[in-house]
Amino acid sequence: MKTRMVQMEVLRYNPETDSEPHFQHYDVECKEEWVVLDALNAIKESIDPTLNYRWSCHMAVCGSCGMMVNGEPKLSCHAFLRDYEGVIKVEPLANFPIERDLVTVADDFIDKLKRVKPYLIPKKDQPIPEAEYKQTPAQLMKYRQFSMCINCMLCYAACPEYALQPLFLGPAAITLAHRYNQDSRDGGRDERQEIIASNVGVWECSFVGACSEVCPKAVDPAGALQQVKVASTIDWFKEHLLPGGGK
Amino acid sequence: MSRKPYVRKVSKTRWYFKHPRYLRYMSREVTCFFIGAFALLMLCTVERLSEGKAAYESFIAAITGPWSALGLTVVLAFALHNTTSWFNVTPKAMPVQIGEDFLPGKFIVGAHYAAWLIASLLILYFAQVI
Repeated sequence: MKTRMVQMEVLRYNPETDSEPHFQHYDVECKEEWVVLDALNAIKESIDPTLNYRWSCHMAVCGSCGMMVNGEPKLSCHAFLRDYEGVIKVEPLANFPIERDLVTVADDFIDKLKRVKPYLIPKKDQPIPEAEYKQTPAQLMKYRQFSMCINCMLCYAACPEYALQPLFLGPAAITLAHRYNQDSRDGGRDERQEIIASNVGVWECSFVGACSEVCPKAVDPAGALQQVKVASTIDWFKEHLLPGGGK
Repeated sequence: MSRKPYVRKVSKTRWYFKHPRYLRYMSREVTCFFIGAFALLMLCTVERLSEGKAAYESFIAAITGPWSALGLTVVLAFALHNTTSWFNVTPKAMPVQIGEDFLPGKFIVGAHYAAWLIASLLILYFAQVI
């Protein structure tokens, strides 16, 4: 099988000994069909076992192996070496604190995800044995695209608004809120609107569109956020112009 | 084991040089200055118009000339960039679902261009240009 030497610059950071991160150079013998994650695994197995990074599925499903590859947010299991020339620079996902080497601190995203209640809040409880929550294919298609999010946080690494305003809920959290708001079985929109239409919510987004460009699952968070803006604006007009606040 | 997460600093003034997509975004955002300037010019024109024909004609004469033409051409270029860049992303903000399918984005973008053309023709008609 064809192999080639690939030069990699990997950002290293050891919180116990380093005051700041630094790049470390590796020459890695790689097979032609490898992805960046394979090269990192080869480094860890044969060159430097101290290298730290997250990964799990190796098939763009788990969302754990997001990192910056030549400055671009990528799933390292989805970044083929054959698409890169010269030195490949690998860094931890941008806009997140570095825990160690390529591992970032994801607490902020997880907290924000919890706040938008990304789960079905039924309009009324009905025991499953008596009546299931039915849905037509058209109702499914209304939110299906947004349900493909794998929480990989690439969109946060690409979003300059999140970089400049860390309180911003960010693309994936708002997209997932929108996914449940669009679900015909859900009745939790009012609860989610309190947070996603707040001053740290969708109005922080100025539609750069980078989130959609880097999403590995073609979710289009930028589209979701603009749709939330339209819906929130309609809410505002209903509340202020219609008798009884449009309820 | 103690934790000491490292926070990378982000430049508040130069972040958009990091990637072409950010420069593309800024090129759209910067158009607001030129459109704002043109809106002010329009307001001044209307204000002078309210003062009578002589005031209006002297104002128009004052802003007529090669530099003015150049400035307005620049404003027009930025206005066109603003309009087209926003029109082209409208399918993201207002998708139209028909049954299980979504209307292709080109129809939504096309409807915006058609509305723009009709509005322009109506203005030209009422201004007795056509």
